[in-house]
Amino acid sequence: MTSQTTHTDPIILEMRSITKEFPGVKALDNVSLRVKAGEIHAICGENGAGKSTLMKVLSGVYPYGSYDGDIVYQGQVQQFRDIRASEHAGIVIIHQELALIPELSIMENIFLGNEPTKRGVIDWAEARLRSLDLLARVGLRDDPDTPIKEIGVGKQQLVEIAKALNKSVKILILDEPTAALNESDSQHLLDLMLGLKAKGITSIIISHKLNEIEQIADSITIIRDGKSIETLDVKADGVDEDRIIKGMVGRTLESRFPDHTPKIGEVFFEVKNWTVAHPQIQDRLVCKNSSFFVRRGEIVGFAGLMGAGRTELARSVFGRSYGHFVSGQIYINGKEVTLKSVHQAIDAGLGYVTEDRKSLGLNLLDDIKTTTVSANLEKISKRSVVDTNQEFAVAEQYRRSLRTKAPSVQEGVAKLSGGNQQKVVLAKWMFTDPDLLILDEPTRGIDVGAKYEIYGIIQELANQGKGVIVISSELPELLGLSDRIYTIFEGAITGVLNKEEASQESLMKLMTSTTRKAA
Amino acid sequence: MNALKKLFGGDTRQFGMIFALVALIVLFQWLTGGITLTPGNVINLFNGNSYILILAIGMVLVIIAGHIDLSVGSVAAFVGMMVAITMRDWNLPWYLAILLGLGLGAAIGAWQGWWTAYVGIPAFIVTLAGMLIFRGAQQFVGQSNSIPVPREFQYIGAGYLPEVGPDTGFNNLTLLLGLAAVAFVVFSEIRRRRMAKALGAEVSETWVSVLRLVLICGAILYATYLFATGRPGTSFPIPGLILAVLVLIYGFISSKTVVGRHVYAVGGNRHAAELSGVKSKKINFLVMMNMSIIAGLAGMIFVARSTSAGPSDGTGWELDAIAAVFIGGAAVTGGVGTVIGSIVGGLVMAVLNNGLQLLSVGADWQSMIKGLVLLVAVAIDVYNKSQGRASIIGLMMKNFNRPSSGPGTPLQPDEVTSTRETISREA
Repeated sequence: MTSQTTHTDPIILEMRSITKEFPGVKALDNVSLRVKAGEIHAICGENGAGKSTLMKVLSGVYPYGSYDGDIVYQGQVQQFRDIRASEHAGIVIIHQELALIPELSIMENIFLGNEPTKRGVIDWAEARLRSLDLLARVGLRDDPDTPIKEIGVGKQQLVEIAKALNKSVKILILDEPTAALNESDSQHLLDLMLGLKAKGITSIIISHKLNEIEQIADSITIIRDGKSIETLDVKADGVDEDRIIKGMVGRTLESRFPDHTPKIGEVFFEVKNWTVAHPQIQDRLVCKNSSFFVRRGEIVGFAGLMGAGRTELARSVFGRSYGHFVSGQIYINGKEVTLKSVHQAIDAGLGYVTEDRKSLGLNLLDDIKTTTVSANLEKISKRSVVDTNQEFAVAEQYRRSLRTKAPSVQEGVAKLSGGNQQKVVLAKWMFTDPDLLILDEPTRGIDVGAKYEIYGIIQELANQGKGVIVISSELPELLGLSDRIYTIFEGAITGVLNKEEASQESLMKLMTSTTRKAA
Repeated sequence: MNALKKLFGGDTRQFGMIFALVALIVLFQWLTGGITLTPGNVINLFNGNSYILILAIGMVLVIIAGHIDLSVGSVAAFVGMMVAITMRDWNLPWYLAILLGLGLGAAIGAWQGWWTAYVGIPAFIVTLAGMLIFRGAQQFVGQSNSIPVPREFQYIGAGYLPEVGPDTGFNNLTLLLGLAAVAFVVFSEIRRRRMAKALGAEVSETWVSVLRLVLICGAILYATYLFATGRPGTSFPIPGLILAVLVLIYGFISSKTVVGRHVYAVGGNRHAAELSGVKSKKINFLVMMNMSIIAGLAGMIFVARSTSAGPSDGTGWELDAIAAVFIGGAAVTGGVGTVIGSIVGGLVMAVLNNGLQLLSVGADWQSMIKGLVLLVAVAIDVYNKSQGRASIIGLMMKNFNRPSSGPGTPLQPDEVTSTRETISREA
């Protein structure tokens, strides 16, 4: 295989005119994809453009016959009946949600469903030897007997890749592999992909992180609204982020942030000496003596690496919904308040949009209107009886004003794209009319166009005189949006920078050191 | 076919369970040579199953909240026994005995709710323990004897609406009840149309509404006729009346009140609910407590009907109630289910029981057939969900008793009400 790829660039995989329809929706419309052997091929597109559907067609999740068009792989038309068939052919997909079993060890996970056996009995000695070799190839030095739940997401991702390598993979498909990883884990993963490429493995990567794509991809296929728009050769075409975005949204975005002139008032929300312990391990502090304040009309950014304690700080302030409260005070309009439950926090004018939309933010069984009113049912209820007419009207009003794309407010939230789900969550909190809205990774997993709209909504909230806290792992987002940015490292606030003095470098420095800048 | 679609909206398969019920009735009517739909049999059917249907009302809330209650049979039996004993030994008047029974149910429910909600023991374990504890307690206090209950008390389980007013050849109160139901159905249809119009939602064509009303009211009037023309001294049974009142109350609570919404929210995604300010522990506590109160009520009704409390009362009731709820479209994982759906599920089981008994099918075959029906009903539901369609039963119930109910339903308002009212006559 390797010898082939060195001198020529034969096409290892071609998907010809793939069309896939769901009842009422054409998810893929005549999509074509040509992947050269040994390259890293990126697929870019907004959420809902059809990237994942295309990969599901390729990997046999949607079996042969349920779509139109041909998959030509290594010169032959393939008819994958299921995932096993595609894996057997050497096409392995690693999903965004990792498919590892937390209670089992690294080794057991690698060989799950593919156990080496001797006369029908699992040969653990063989498995161990092979797993050590596989782990070395992905650069993981942990003991193969370590349970999966004890290693971080970054390492879990590597285990997934080791698992794929064990299946003698020829095409590795990675769906948003770095979405949940921090900077250094992401970089390690990207390096690994380049390493695999050097060994002749072809990769297809789906990612929203355009800088990463720019860094590692050889070619990029852009999909928009279920159609393949173009394929860019990264080396030849001088492709940069703006060029990719142009293809994805079909126009040039002049700016990634809407114009905004802040109207900042006086301090109205203040947290002092906030200290919180880990929910299970009482002597481990997740927030250490943190103090911060928010002014009316101000957008305040919280920067920090993953695990620095940003979410823990936000959630413990929001009605002690995380951890064990140790000490600290909250002042609203100069008066000290005690917020012991989420209910009290909401009543005191706080709102919190979680980073984990699907498992903490939404009831996926609900429809738009039920979700919209769910945090403030009292407002549309009389003597505890919900007024369903008003519910409909309220939800409809938010659907229009936030431009949520859905046929009606009776659409189930599970069917919406990430950006539209986030709009529904925002509507839910806007309906509680908070004075301070805390947004935890508000644009995670959301495409460029919808991000722009969400930024607009955030700025509009600030214009109304509300305070907004934005927690984000994406520094450009914080820099573009915030009026002031706090940095957090290992549970402590390490500094605060005004918009003018903040840069990626200055933030990064504060995010990775304990040396305090006067806060 | 086209007309049918218009009448019910969208996919006629969404009415699987209603159709299954109607088909079952028709089938048995034919097989038994017309005995199924006679006044005597219909009244019997209600009397003999009302306690299971009542249990299903409490059970569906428990299951929506993501729990299960295995103790209802034992709790019902224990409460029934205690009530019988207090009336015999302390000469407690029947109304105080009923209050005592409800209070006892509440106390037991508080006990189980506390373990479930505040200590965090899975309800399966708590109520499995409760099943053993209260079965034992019942046999201990009753010393495994049968204890008779006084005649006045028997009224709640075996009584009928009394004869009042002029001799019309019908039972007048039953007649009034039927007419009131018809008026209610007509009124709510008119109100719904008016609201939908005011909100700018899509309104179904007039003839659709009219035809639907005719069908539903016809069904109600036929049921009224059956109940009102039974053997002298019989009419609409009191347990049926209690059931109807409970369906109205709990249907309303689950779909229209803040507490009801919170039950769905906790069952659908507890973390998301908590982060929206829902007190999930309180909700879990209330749901478990409510179940035991209802179990107590069902136990008393059963004792009243069988004129005495016995050591093996309530055996296996929990399973019947759970089966009714799942046939009625609830999800094992919580967050999905309706009161009305569970009643329909319970009626499917009841009609099946009754029909097989009329055909003198043995208990062995009855049990096997019921088991298969449960399996097939849920399998069809699961299959539909896996095909990306909404669950048949879930869909058809969705707009009746779920939070998403009400007049503001522009998508398929016709489908919505037809289901609602077809069912409400059954209840």
